[in-house]
Amino acid sequence: MTLLAEKVTYVPATGTLSALWLLLALPAAGAAILLLTGKRSEKWGPYLACAMTGLSFVLGVVFFFALKGLTNRSVDQHLFSWISVGRFQVPAGLLYDPLSATFVLLITGVGFLIHVYSLGYMDHDPRKKTFFAYLNLFIAAMLLLVLGNSFLALYVGWEGVGLASYLLIAFWYFKPEAATAAKKAFIANRVGDLGLSLAIMVMFAALGTTTYAGVFNSGVAGGTATAIGLLLLLGACGKSGQFPLQTWLPDAMEGPTPVSALIHAATMVTAGVYLIARSTPIFQASPDAQTVVTIIGAITLVIGCVIGCAYDDIKKVLAYSTVSQIGYMFLAVGIPGAGAIAILHLLTHGFFKACMFLSAGSVMHAMGDQVDMRRFGGLRKYMPITFGCFLTGYLAIIGLPPFAGFFSKDKIIEAAYDLHGTRGWILGTVALLGAGITAFYMTRLMVMTFLGEKRWTEGQHPHESPSVMTAPMVLLAIGSAVSGGLLVLGGALQNWLAPTLGPQVEVGAHTISPTVLTLLTLLVVAGGAAGAWFTYGTKPVLTTPPVAVTPLTVAARKNLYFDALNESLLMRPGQYLTRFLVWVDNRGIDGAVHALAAGIGGGSGRLRRTQTGFVRSYALSMFGGALLVVFALLAVRLGQ
Amino acid sequence: MSPSLTLIGVVPLVGALVVALLPQGKDVLAKQVALATSLVVLVLTLVLCVNFDPQGDRFQFVQSYDWIRAFGVHYAVGVDGIALVLVALIAVLVPVVLLASWDDVEALTEVGTEGSDAPAAKRKSVRSFFALLLVLETMMIGVFAATDLFLFYVFFEAMLIPMYFLIGSYGGPRRSYAAVKFLLYSLVGGLLMLAAVIGLYVQSAKQGPGTFSFEALTQLNLSHTTQAWLFLGFFIAFAIKAPLFPFHTWLPDAGAEAPTGGAVLLVGVLDKVGTFGFLRYCLPLFPWAAREFAPYVIALSVIGVIYGALLAMGQKDLKRLVSYTSVAHFGFIGMGCFAFTTQAGTGAVLYMVNHGLSTGALFMVIGFLINRGRSRFISDYSGIAKVAPTLAALFFVSGLSSLALPGLSTFISEFLVLVGTFERYTVAAVVATTGIILAALYILLAYQRTMQGALSSAHAALKDLSGREVAALAPLIALMILLGFYPKPVTDIINPAVKVTMQEVGAQDPAPTDVAKPAAESK
Repeated sequence: MTLLAEKVTYVPATGTLSALWLLLALPAAGAAILLLTGKRSEKWGPYLACAMTGLSFVLGVVFFFALKGLTNRSVDQHLFSWISVGRFQVPAGLLYDPLSATFVLLITGVGFLIHVYSLGYMDHDPRKKTFFAYLNLFIAAMLLLVLGNSFLALYVGWEGVGLASYLLIAFWYFKPEAATAAKKAFIANRVGDLGLSLAIMVMFAALGTTTYAGVFNSGVAGGTATAIGLLLLLGACGKSGQFPLQTWLPDAMEGPTPVSALIHAATMVTAGVYLIARSTPIFQASPDAQTVVTIIGAITLVIGCVIGCAYDDIKKVLAYSTVSQIGYMFLAVGIPGAGAIAILHLLTHGFFKACMFLSAGSVMHAMGDQVDMRRFGGLRKYMPITFGCFLTGYLAIIGLPPFAGFFSKDKIIEAAYDLHGTRGWILGTVALLGAGITAFYMTRLMVMTFLGEKRWTEGQHPHESPSVMTAPMVLLAIGSAVSGGLLVLGGALQNWLAPTLGPQVEVGAHTISPTVLTLLTLLVVAGGAAGAWFTYGTKPVLTTPPVAVTPLTVAARKNLYFDALNESLLMRPGQYLTRFLVWVDNRGIDGAVHALAAGIGGGSGRLRRTQTGFVRSYALSMFGGALLVVFALLAVRLGQ
Repeated sequence: MSPSLTLIGVVPLVGALVVALLPQGKDVLAKQVALATSLVVLVLTLVLCVNFDPQGDRFQFVQSYDWIRAFGVHYAVGVDGIALVLVALIAVLVPVVLLASWDDVEALTEVGTEGSDAPAAKRKSVRSFFALLLVLETMMIGVFAATDLFLFYVFFEAMLIPMYFLIGSYGGPRRSYAAVKFLLYSLVGGLLMLAAVIGLYVQSAKQGPGTFSFEALTQLNLSHTTQAWLFLGFFIAFAIKAPLFPFHTWLPDAGAEAPTGGAVLLVGVLDKVGTFGFLRYCLPLFPWAAREFAPYVIALSVIGVIYGALLAMGQKDLKRLVSYTSVAHFGFIGMGCFAFTTQAGTGAVLYMVNHGLSTGALFMVIGFLINRGRSRFISDYSGIAKVAPTLAALFFVSGLSSLALPGLSTFISEFLVLVGTFERYTVAAVVATTGIILAALYILLAYQRTMQGALSSAHAALKDLSGREVAALAPLIALMILLGFYPKPVTDIINPAVKVTMQEVGAQDPAPTDVAKPAAESK
């Protein structure tokens, strides 16, 4: 295992890079302007929002090249002293290094495309401007998350994206399901944030610092590293929808589809992966924590795949697919030396999942917001561009060479097998099987939506979406096709990320030869796809879900009972406890006080009656008190 | 000798007199005079803050005159950093409250009092209402500015009078019950404190000339038993005032029945006298007892955090809900006061300020809602965001502040309290941290039930906030955001005072456990 350099050094930001803060300030200003100007900005607001994100992207590119020109590619910008109490010193500062630079490009790039897409998608919504304000708020918070130079600054961005996510899931707040889903997302995230908060507290109590530079150079080790690592992992699970906090993510699909694409697929939900990748020095110091990360990833990727096969709601299938794909990233980021592969998958996934979500949005747009795949079918002819884009995303996610997903997923399976002993075999096989199931449910989705017979409800006239929507889709489709190959070319991404994540590990002997493994993977994927084709492509699809199904399908349709479990273990007992406590407070504590009052005053009723002449009785008690004071003081004086 | 503090204290009293003496029918003028007075106080207080030197003497702007020479009672005032920020909080909240309550008294007369336990409503006096608020301001400033224990006690009790009338005359249907309950609780606490004050005087008289001067009293040598008893006398009085669990049951009644303006000042400022008293009197005067009792106080505080949050979730009445959230927040503050680290202490003081802003805003926005919907019950509202988007937005932001969202000022104080407590009482801090989940639940549940979902037809014509109402809330929200990103001006004032308090109680911050020498901090 190759460790990072002993010391992490950050150089102050100079020259072009001293304008780093603008990256955040532009979208933040956009959000503020849109929210504060009320109705006045309704016309130009959405365009301003797009411009702000677009400008941030341009800046991101400029800064990227500026960073590339440096020898020490970790740039720190101190803005001001944020919290300063005794030893607890937290600067407001930014850290720009290859990892954050990569994220900046992903966030602003994909973010800009989705802004543009939303111009078309949200065109008829009366609160379009508010939507764009929230989108800008999200971009600003997400950039703070990846650019902050301390865990506490990250935390601000972390909850900021949670807030934006809440606002956008509940954008159609008058729908009760949307409001409930938003609340669920926020609460699940807060459970994760509990971990992140405690991790920061442990850092301060044990290491006396919460900045990246301070923590990573403190020589953190042993139990402290494991404790911090596991607590950070809890935070990551909340934000990234990983087991056991995955249930909020599919519900979050109640929000508008561009939101699902941007926040709940391409960027925010991958923040957990960022957190773990960023904390590489901590996890390297704790193999136990790393093992737990891989196990969580493996469990989640299976859960996501299995449930993804059972749903008929196109967005929910994509959502569980996201859960599952992030499981792959967690698996990779927990494997020593495979951090760069995790980020590679994160980037390719950002392209292909955003592409598929936007295409799904295009389908919904055409079908009057229908999401039931059993009511689609045969759309290939009516929406050729959408079909083409979705197909590209599909080929990328199932991992067909040379599409993007092939390069990243194949590497993850390989890295998992290369772990020593049984662990490697188990994790590798899980990842391999996951690839097969992914191919199954994605093929099912493709077939049910675009191929086969029309199963539309009455009065549907699907049409291709306007170019303001298809153009971003096409660009993302291109990304889905070529990004994987370009990023691994000559180890480009791995070398670029080496300063943050450590160099790529080259294992001397592979458990299974890469070529054999690649062929095996393709075989499994082909098997999954074929299975779906024979089940859904060769015979008519029913317009209502079949009832006579296996227990596994029943379970999968109910999210493998995780929601039921939450409800019976947490929600219901919580409600009873709350009701009980309200009773205790009214009858018990307050009752005791009343009883006491009754005892002393010979009945609280009589006591109250004595208080009807407020002024008089109060004056009397004041007078009594004053007398008491005077007598007491006199007594003391005379007693001397 | 600087008369500035006395001046700040007297201005509202003069304003109150003028307002009270205005001829009948001059209600609008009365309101304008009251607002102008409170703005003068605000300006004077800001000048005071600018002239305060955090690195200078502990007490500044001091003024001391003999009052009752026979007992060594002085009229002595002065502020340290802790008292100063609380006086500043008062100065900010009073004009805001006046603006928010502009038409409340008239509205009260219109509503009538169905199901009331008090005599049928007559037309209430507008002038008295505004005069009472100004008198209350004087009392509140006095209680924080007093550096003579006797003077403190006088203000501590006198403060009850205007609040009693505000609740009793201008409150909701069960106002008499609530007002009496509030008064009885406070008087019981006050009585215990009075006993302890006298006890302390007796001790000082044994060791030299009897005195009530705070600085002289901190020099006393007290036996452990004496410390324990006197500590308890003060502590229970302050714990009732704060209120800490299990002394809290008066608060939901008082908070719910008080008129909006009264509720804001009651929960936002009056209650802070309790936690301020912990830091100012319980810790420095009885360091041994404070250290002995600290674990128990921490335990009560943690129970309060969880208990208050759970009860808030179970409330059907919006104002009771906010009152119970305050029980949870006071748990955090109590924990911060007794964790004996500079982070927790500064966090606690900052929490007092932030809680005043956020709970003040929450009470106000709920008051606006109740004025429109004529009901305090959550179940009577649904989908209000549709017709009153601004009201909903400001409700939401105030709620976020209550759940301590990072980026808002409450986060800084809550995190400082938690991180400071974690160093010494790890388990307590971990349990209290789960409060962040509960806080999200009670706020978002209330928001969802009232603002989201389908609009109820009864409220289809509900009006959004007026310019005046937005103007009242805007300064609070601006401060929350500003102090969330740049709390330094306030923490710089608080820090030295907390440091002194920690020295007096004989506590030092624990060193990082995994680091031999202090870790090098990157700048």
